[in-house]
Amino acid sequence: MHGTRILDEADRLMTVCNSCRYCEGLCAVFPAMEMRRAFSDGDLNYLANLCHACGACYTDCQFSPPHQFNVNVPKTLAVARTESWAAYVWPRAFAGAFARNGLVISLVAALSVAAFIFGFAAWHDRQVLFGTHTGPGAFYKLMPHNAMAALFGSAFLYAVVALMMGVRAFWRDIGEPVGMKTDASALLQAIRDAGELRYLDGGGVGCFNEDDRPTDRRRFYHHFTFYGFALCFASTCVATLYHYLLARQAPYAWWDLPVVLGTLGGIGLLIGPIGLLAERSKRDSVLVDEARYGMDVAFIVMLFLTSLTGMALLVLRETAAMGPLLALHLGVVFSLFVTMPYGKFVHGIYRFAALVRYARERRAMAQGAGE
Amino acid sequence: MANLSQKFDVLVIGGGNAALCAAISARRAGASVLVVEGAPKFYRGGNTRHTRNMRCAHDAATDILTGPYTEEEFWDDLLRLTGGQTDEELAKFMISESKDILNWIVKQGVRWQPSLGGTLSLGRTNSFFLGGGRAMLNALYLTAEKLGVEIVYDAEVTDLQIEDGMFLCAKLKQPVDGAAEIRASALVAAAGGFEANVEWLKEYWGEAADNFLIRGTPYNRGTILKMLLDKGVQDIGDPTQCHAVAIDARAPKFDGGIITRHDSVVFGIVVNKHAQRFYDEGEDIWPKRYAIWGRLVAAQPDQIAYIIFDASVRNSFMPTLFPPIEGGSIAELAGKLELDPAALQKTITEFNAAVKPGTFDHTILDDCRTEGITPPKTHWARKIETPPYLAYPVRPGITFTYLGTRVNRQARMLMKDGKPSANMFAAGEIMAGNVLGKGYAAGIGMTIGSVFGRVAGREAAKNARN
Repeated sequence: MHGTRILDEADRLMTVCNSCRYCEGLCAVFPAMEMRRAFSDGDLNYLANLCHACGACYTDCQFSPPHQFNVNVPKTLAVARTESWAAYVWPRAFAGAFARNGLVISLVAALSVAAFIFGFAAWHDRQVLFGTHTGPGAFYKLMPHNAMAALFGSAFLYAVVALMMGVRAFWRDIGEPVGMKTDASALLQAIRDAGELRYLDGGGVGCFNEDDRPTDRRRFYHHFTFYGFALCFASTCVATLYHYLLARQAPYAWWDLPVVLGTLGGIGLLIGPIGLLAERSKRDSVLVDEARYGMDVAFIVMLFLTSLTGMALLVLRETAAMGPLLALHLGVVFSLFVTMPYGKFVHGIYRFAALVRYARERRAMAQGAGE
Repeated sequence: MANLSQKFDVLVIGGGNAALCAAISARRAGASVLVVEGAPKFYRGGNTRHTRNMRCAHDAATDILTGPYTEEEFWDDLLRLTGGQTDEELAKFMISESKDILNWIVKQGVRWQPSLGGTLSLGRTNSFFLGGGRAMLNALYLTAEKLGVEIVYDAEVTDLQIEDGMFLCAKLKQPVDGAAEIRASALVAAAGGFEANVEWLKEYWGEAADNFLIRGTPYNRGTILKMLLDKGVQDIGDPTQCHAVAIDARAPKFDGGIITRHDSVVFGIVVNKHAQRFYDEGEDIWPKRYAIWGRLVAAQPDQIAYIIFDASVRNSFMPTLFPPIEGGSIAELAGKLELDPAALQKTITEFNAAVKPGTFDHTILDDCRTEGITPPKTHWARKIETPPYLAYPVRPGITFTYLGTRVNRQARMLMKDGKPSANMFAAGEIMAGNVLGKGYAAGIGMTIGSVFGRVAGREAAKNARN
C-alpha cells in the first residue's frame, strides 16, 4: 500500500505491465519498470516523471478500457506526476499551489503587473510614464537598472533555490545519492534525450492526441517553446553581460545579439505555446489528467504573454506605449519567475532528473549484463 | 460509413492479422474491399490483439534478429512440433513466403523491435512487434483505411449463401445499422477458430469445458467456420484439439491475454485438488512445457491444479499479474488453497525426500532430479522447504483451435469433393490446421495469418476481376 490512491493505482498498473512488457520498445518508462519487481513511492514517482505522456502505450494496450483490467498508464502517471510535484515542493506550505494552479498563477500575474504599473506611476509623473524615451538607458528612466537586476535576480535566485530543494527531495526519495557531479555521461545522455524529446515520439511514429493517428506536432511545438524560451533566456543573460562588462545599455539595435536572440526566441515562444495550447485542447481526455488543465494552460499562457509583451515592447519601444508595456512585460516575467517552482514549469526539471537516473540505470544494467 | 448496398470485389470476414493482410493485399491489387469485423472496435482483431511476434525465415541476422533462421530449419521445427501433421507443400510454401513477409509487413506500417525482456530464446527466430499485437493491428487498420478499404465493426455474419462452391452473398446483423445483405465477387474468410464457443468445446470435452478459461476475446466463436463446413467446404485438423496453456485460475473468463500465464512449473511441483502430483514437472524446457500444461490440467478433476514452490525461488521467474498465495506453513497454504493439509504435507515430504543433489540450471536439462517417486521430476528438482510456501492456482487457458477449412496454395478453399471453390479463400486461424495439425511454436500463427492473408487477398482480387 502506498501513501495515495493514485500511487496504489500506479503500482497496480506496473504489476500488470511488468507481466506483459509489450510496450518496452516505446519509451523509457517500461524498461525502467522491468528493472524492478516491486515499486516504492519513490520508484513510482520516478516512473511518473519519466513518462512524456505520448499516449502510445494506451493506444497499443490490449488491456486499456473498456477492458476490465482498465490499464491507462498515461493518465495514471500524469496524475501521479502532478501529485509528486506537490509532494516534493519547497517550502511545503505551497503544496496547494498545484491543485488550484490556474487561479494561483492568474492571481500572481495580475498582482505583479499591477505592482509594476502602480510602482512606475508612484515613482514617476505622467510625463515620464507616458513619455517617449529613446537611446541608451531608455528603459532605466522608468526603473533603474540596478533595481531591475536586483529584483529579477532575487526572483530568479529564489526560483532556482526552490526548484533545487524540490528536486533534491525527489532525488532522495527515488534513492539516488545526492552528489551526482561526477556522472558526466549520464548527464550528457539526459541532456540529449531531453533536448530531442526522445521519448515523446511514441516509439517512432509520433504521439497520440485526438485519435489513434499518431503525429509529431506536440514535439514540434514543444521544441519551438523550449528553444524559444532558451533563446530568450540567453538574450537576457547576454544583455546583462553587456551592461556590466561592456557598459553598454539597453535598448540595443535590432541587429545586436540580445535583440536577435530575443526576437528569434520570442517568435518561437509565440508559435510554440499557441500550438501546444491547440494540441492540449484537442487531446483525448482519456489520456490526460483533466484536473490539471488549468495548470497546463496557465503555464502555456504565461510563456506566450512573456513573449507577446516582450515583442510588443521591441516594436513599440520608441513610442509613448513603452512605459506601460515595460510595466506589463516586467510584471509577466516577474510572475513567471516566482511561480516557476509551483506550476507546470517543474515538469522539465523533474523529467530531466528522471532521465539522468534512467541513463545511470541503463548503463549499470548494460555493465551488469556484460560482466 | 460504408455503402453496403454496392457489390464489392472482395468481402473479408474477420478483423485480425490475416483479415487485414488480405484486405490490404486485395486493395493494393485494385479491388474494392469490405472488411466485416464481428467485434466492436476496441476488441477488433481476434487473437492478434494478444500476439507479440511472428516467426519468419531469414538467411542472415538483421537489426532485430540475432542470427539466421533458414527455411530448412523452420521446416525441421515445424515437422517436429506437428509430429508430421502438416501439409508439406503448403508448409514449405508458407515458409518460403515468410521471408518476404518480414519486409512486406513493414511496408504496411508494422514496426519491428528486438525480442522482449524475458524472451531471449526467441531472439533469433522471431520478430517482435513494437508495442505488441494491438499496435500491429492499429498499424494495419490505419494502412487499410488510408488505402480505401471499407471497415464495419460489431457486424455479425448470420448466414452465407454458397452454391456449388461459389459464394454469392452474406447476411449481416448490426446492432445499430440493422441487417444488410452483402454481395461480393470473392470471399476471404479470416474469422478465426471457435475457442470462445464453450458449447462447441463441450462437444469434445464435455462439462469440463465449463472450467476452461479463454485467453482471447469472446468473439472467436467459429460461426463462419461452422457455416463453411456445413455448406460443403472440406475440413482439416483435429476438431477435438485445441492449444491450451496453464493460466492463473483467477484470470477472467475471456481475454486475459498473455499476462495470466504461468511459467513457474519448473521451480516447484504441481498438484491437483487432491494434493497429488500428476506429471513430471521437469520434463522439458520452454516452450514445450509451456504448451503441455494446459492439457494436463484439463485432464485433472475440476480442471484445476496448483503450482507449489517456496520463498527461495520467488524471484526466479517473471513477475506475475496475480501474486502467489502465501502460507507460513504447508498446512496454512493448504488451508488457503482448500486442499487437504495432511495430503499436501505428505506429497511435499515425499517429494523432498526423493530429491537428489545436483547443480541447478533452469536454462538446460540439469541434473537435479528425484529418485523413487511417481511421477518423477526429472530435472530442476529442488526441495520445497523455505517458508513462506507459495502457490499459483491454474486452469487450462484455451488459446486456439485446430479445426479448419482445407485450402490450396492460392489460399483457395477446397470443397468436400476435392474441387477448388470458385471464389472462396481462407486465411489465418480458420485454415491454420493445414499447416499446424497439432503442436505450437511461438509466432507461427501470425506467420500463417500474414502469408495466407496476403496470398488470399491477392488471389481474391484476381478472381474478382476475371
